[in-house]
Amino acid sequence: MAKITYKHPDGTETVVEVTAPNTVMRGAKLNGVEGIVAQCGGSAQCGTCHVYVDEGNTLPLPEMHEAEDDVLYGTASERRPTSRLSCQLPVSEAIDGLVVHLPPTQT
Amino acid sequence: MRDTGPVVVVGAGHAALETAAALRAAGHSRPVILVGAESEPPYARPPLSKGYLTGRVGTEELWLRPEGFFARQDVTAVLGDPVVEIDRDSDRVRLASGGRIAYGTLVLATGARPRRLSVPGADLDGVFALRSLRDARELRRALGAGGDVLVVGGGFIGLEVASAARGLGLRVTVVEAGPRLMGRAVTGTLSAHLAELHRAEGTRVLLDRELVALRGERGRVRVAELNDGTRLAADVVVVGIGVLPNTGLAAQAGLTTGNGVVVDRWLRTGDRNVYAIGDCARFPTPHAARPVRLESVQNATEQAACVAAALTGTRRPYTAVPWFWTEQCGVRVQMAGLTGQHDREVVAGSPAEGRFTVFCFRAGRLVGAESVNRSADHLITRRLLAAGGAGPAPDDVARPGFDLRRHLSPSA
Ligand SMILES: Cc1cc2nc3c(=O)[nH]c(=O)nc-3n(C[C@H](O)[C@H](O)[C@H](O)COP(=O)(O)OP(=O)(O)OC[C@H]3O[C@@H](n4cnc5c(N)ncnc54)[C@H](O)[C@@H]3O)c2cc1C
Ligand code: FES
Repeated sequence: MAKITYKHPDGTETVVEVTAPNTVMRGAKLNGVEGIVAQCGGSAQCGTCHVYVDEGNTLPLPEMHEAEDDVLYGTASERRPTSRLSCQLPVSEAIDGLVVHLPPTQT
Repeated sequence: MRDTGPVVVVGAGHAALETAAALRAAGHSRPVILVGAESEPPYARPPLSKGYLTGRVGTEELWLRPEGFFARQDVTAVLGDPVVEIDRDSDRVRLASGGRIAYGTLVLATGARPRRLSVPGADLDGVFALRSLRDARELRRALGAGGDVLVVGGGFIGLEVASAARGLGLRVTVVEAGPRLMGRAVTGTLSAHLAELHRAEGTRVLLDRELVALRGERGRVRVAELNDGTRLAADVVVVGIGVLPNTGLAAQAGLTTGNGVVVDRWLRTGDRNVYAIGDCARFPTPHAARPVRLESVQNATEQAACVAAALTGTRRPYTAVPWFWTEQCGVRVQMAGLTGQHDREVVAGSPAEGRFTVFCFRAGRLVGAESVNRSADHLITRRLLAAGGAGPAPDDVARPGFDLRRHLSPSA
């Protein structure tokens, strides 16, 4: 179980508890956090689950693989050094307390 | 247009759910009622022909929204009770159970149903279509029992099922009546590449061949006969020969239909209070010369958003760039734009290495792209098409070292 904070572009935030083996994307979908579209359902194809990991993050996240990197070149909101696809971020206790920022638009 | 009374959505699939969610996200406060024929809450169909069959994706991962969504969003969902009639004189729909629901605005999101096989033996046990979660559960069970699998139709669904079944170690044959795979949807270059991939995985791919009959034993399918006399062992037959839009209700209510419920740029039927979206709708688009009907999650989701915008006072025509994806043989295949009318193709990348994009042009203008394991090309093409600019010229793409990323201006 991990607590994940989704910060919305308007400054509000939603905090939810997500269990393994879900992803940060599923955590948003399961808890009705709007702002993550996830059209491809988590297969690193659509880029509509884009998030910015909080700048101050120190929690261990998996390395970005080639498919994710490729998709992040074409997301609707600009790519930044902190950009990730939330469907490629598995939830575990190791990322308890993760904060992600939702981009202004996903499509 | 009326702006009072409930918004009633017929169908509780992808487009319907997204309509409800988009209305509430925009702060719309009229009652919203979803009426669906299936008893399951709205779920994602794409995994049904992919990870769900192999067990990689579980049922709990299919639900599009959490359990409490409807209550929390104050959306009423009537499930397992199809709409059987629309009465436009009294602005009501009638349900199979006999109930009636009054609407201020009606949104038809009835989707499509599989085209049925019309050969002898088509109703034997072991013959499957794949549209619903229920279909997928049954097919998954049948594949689990092993044996010879025959896939009829080399389109998206057929090929995804073939790939999943091979992944489970089954013997798989695909029979396609046309000269190439996914003939209606993709270029010859991509067709040929996919055929090679499927064959390399050990799937038998038979082109230009038609199924003429299925023969069974004790009611179960055993053998398939093709038009060239070939007989194939078949314990499981999956029919993937396309779908037909569910237009019956609309037609009965006197709305114009013809390969879909006919709507205008705002996705409205001839009745100002009735919209149609998703797989069941045929609409004009700047991306094609003629009105089209599209079967994709992108189209369902973005049409839902467009209707929700119209109902919340930010009316805009539907102009979204169509895109599709499929997963077969472990590769990511993504298509942007409608490439049906192109006159020139230029390939960037390396088909031999399994990473390439076929860029399609009409009269020198980029109209679409098909990417295999090259998502950046796909996503950037979508953005270039949305921006309506010219994009790269065919000769640019043909130059060694071409990189589409350089064509994306920050504003596009
Ligand atoms: C196996 C499979 C794999 C797919 N893979 C992909 C993919 O990889 N990528 C992609 O983009 N798209 C894919 N699609 C297509 C995608 O799922 C559809 O385009 C999308 O679901 C369309 O949404 P919809 O709401 O229009 O229709 P649906 O999701 O089909 O929903 C329509 C609903 O309306 C109900 N209904 C019909 N008539 C009535 C009535 N009279 N009263 C009440 N309810 C009614 C139906 O039962 C159904 O539940 C796939 C589809 C299938 C079947
Ligand atoms: S859900 Fe599509 S890329 Fe993550």
